[in-house]
Amino acid sequence: MYPEMMVKPMREEVTRLGVEELKSVGDVDAALGQSHGTALVFVNSVCGCAAGMARPALAKALQHAKRPAKLYTVFAGQDLDATARARSYFGEYQPSSPSVAVLKDGEVVAFVHRHQIEGRHPDAIAAALTQAFDTYCA
Amino acid sequence: MSGHVFHPGHDELHGVTVVITGASGRTYLGRWHEQGVRGVTMRDAAIHDPVSNPLPVEQWLAKQRKFGIAATEKHLIVPSDEAGEPRIFGEM
Repeated sequence: MYPEMMVKPMREEVTRLGVEELKSVGDVDAALGQSHGTALVFVNSVCGCAAGMARPALAKALQHAKRPAKLYTVFAGQDLDATARARSYFGEYQPSSPSVAVLKDGEVVAFVHRHQIEGRHPDAIAAALTQAFDTYCA
Repeated sequence: MSGHVFHPGHDELHGVTVVITGASGRTYLGRWHEQGVRGVTMRDAAIHDPVSNPLPVEQWLAKQRKFGIAATEKHLIVPSDEAGEPRIFGEM
């Protein structure tokens, strides 16, 4: 794990967007255990090469007119139990970080994996997210 | 952002998910860590072996693309005489 002092700005880059951080198993179950409506879960990461693109992409995507009703984040490699619990809601989608899951009525309907983030400009990543928002969000 | 190295001391592919076709016919999919005298070190890698896997490699890659990499190896070294040229998974 990295020192919290180093990670704090990365957490805040996401939470300042209005995304609720889930730091415990209880937090995750309370947020994702309800199986109706749309939700986004951003799996944050320290990794500079991918997460450094993913966080700005999330910020851009959340400016879109349509977006999930609930916005959550967990921090991989830091909040281990919460991240593992969040991933338990992702069904057959494999763990990666950073990554973004869009859920509807408790099922993953879109997933942006780390390999779809690496080397891409935030605008391109945001476009993938907003395409999912347009398809699945009111 | 292609070409920008965020990890000082590492090469440009460090941390990037790559596909390596082996001389044996196996396919290796995972994050490139480094290349050294022993071969290519990968992290969180999955291996497709055409002998034991009923899925053709392209279908196997398509499944990994959609659902993510079903890693079986936390740390893997693909020997130099096995490793072909890496291809960036996200660009395939």
